Amino acid sequence: MKARVTVMLKAGVLDVQGEAVRHALGTLGFAGVTGVRQGKVIELEMADGDRALAEANVKGMCEKLLANTVIESYRVEII
Amino acid sequence: MKAAVVTFPGSNCDRDLAEGFALSGFEVSRVWHKDTSLPAGTDVVGIPGGFSFGDYLRCGAIAAQSPIAAAVVAHAARGGYVLGICNGFQVLTEMRLLPGALMRNAGLKFICRMQNLHVATTASAFTSTYASGQSINIPIAHHDGNYLIDQDGLAKLKGEDRIAFTYGINPNGSIADIAGVLSENRRVLGMMPHPERVVDQRHGGVGGAGLFKSLMGGMALA
Repeated sequence: MKARVTVMLKAGVLDVQGEAVRHALGTLGFAGVTGVRQGKVIELEMADGDRALAEANVKGMCEKLLANTVIESYRVEII
Repeated sequence: MKAAVVTFPGSNCDRDLAEGFALSGFEVSRVWHKDTSLPAGTDVVGIPGGFSFGDYLRCGAIAAQSPIAAAVVAHAARGGYVLGICNGFQVLTEMRLLPGALMRNAGLKFICRMQNLHVATTASAFTSTYASGQSINIPIAHHDGNYLIDQDGLAKLKGEDRIAFTYGINPNGSIADIAGVLSENRRVLGMMPHPERVVDQRHGGVGGAGLFKSLMGGMALA
């Protein structure tokens, strides 16, 4: 079993790196990109077991370490 | 007065910080991140600058969960003093000892230069020997010093006079030009500039010396 955690800056928090990527895409001639937000994906290899329990467990990891909930939001998928 | 300076893998200002304390007369001990307690009688804990754990995940995030972290949090909870500089400031926000977060500099570049600051409050044990509004020069050296806090949090910091230092010309996009903030009990200070790098004329300035002098003279016993 695997858990995939997606961590993004919260809506409303200016993503200066995403903005730099957006500018670079424009410079390369890719038109029509009106916004870029970048985040990170963390994949966890989990021992097989109850999926709901695993999800709750990973949410705990996000709250404690994987995300800084002051500025970041997270999404957990069990796959 | 006793100071304890914590070293994480990747800390690189720990010795400078220890020297800064020692120059002002502190008895300084060094603590390793795997230690689980602070030396008996520690008055102030110094969390130094550097790149703890290679800035992996987020700056300061892994250091904030290291074995010594619980002892530092307990020290703060019982009213002990904590000084976090640069990466140390990031660690203290990750420990939730200070509000807000430090984000990537607005200009995306690592900035290393002398920085003009204003002393925004003298009502703390860290800043009492400065004059209110005093202009001082202290170097900065960081990539992630862009302080962010929500509007309610900012109003609270302002209302409670907890902004310790502000930048002269804002180098990194920090909200309200904030360079350093105090905890609710005013005994935890986090700041991006490096006062320990300007405590001797041979450093090219002594703008940071006042902070260590303030602490030496102004700490209440916890």
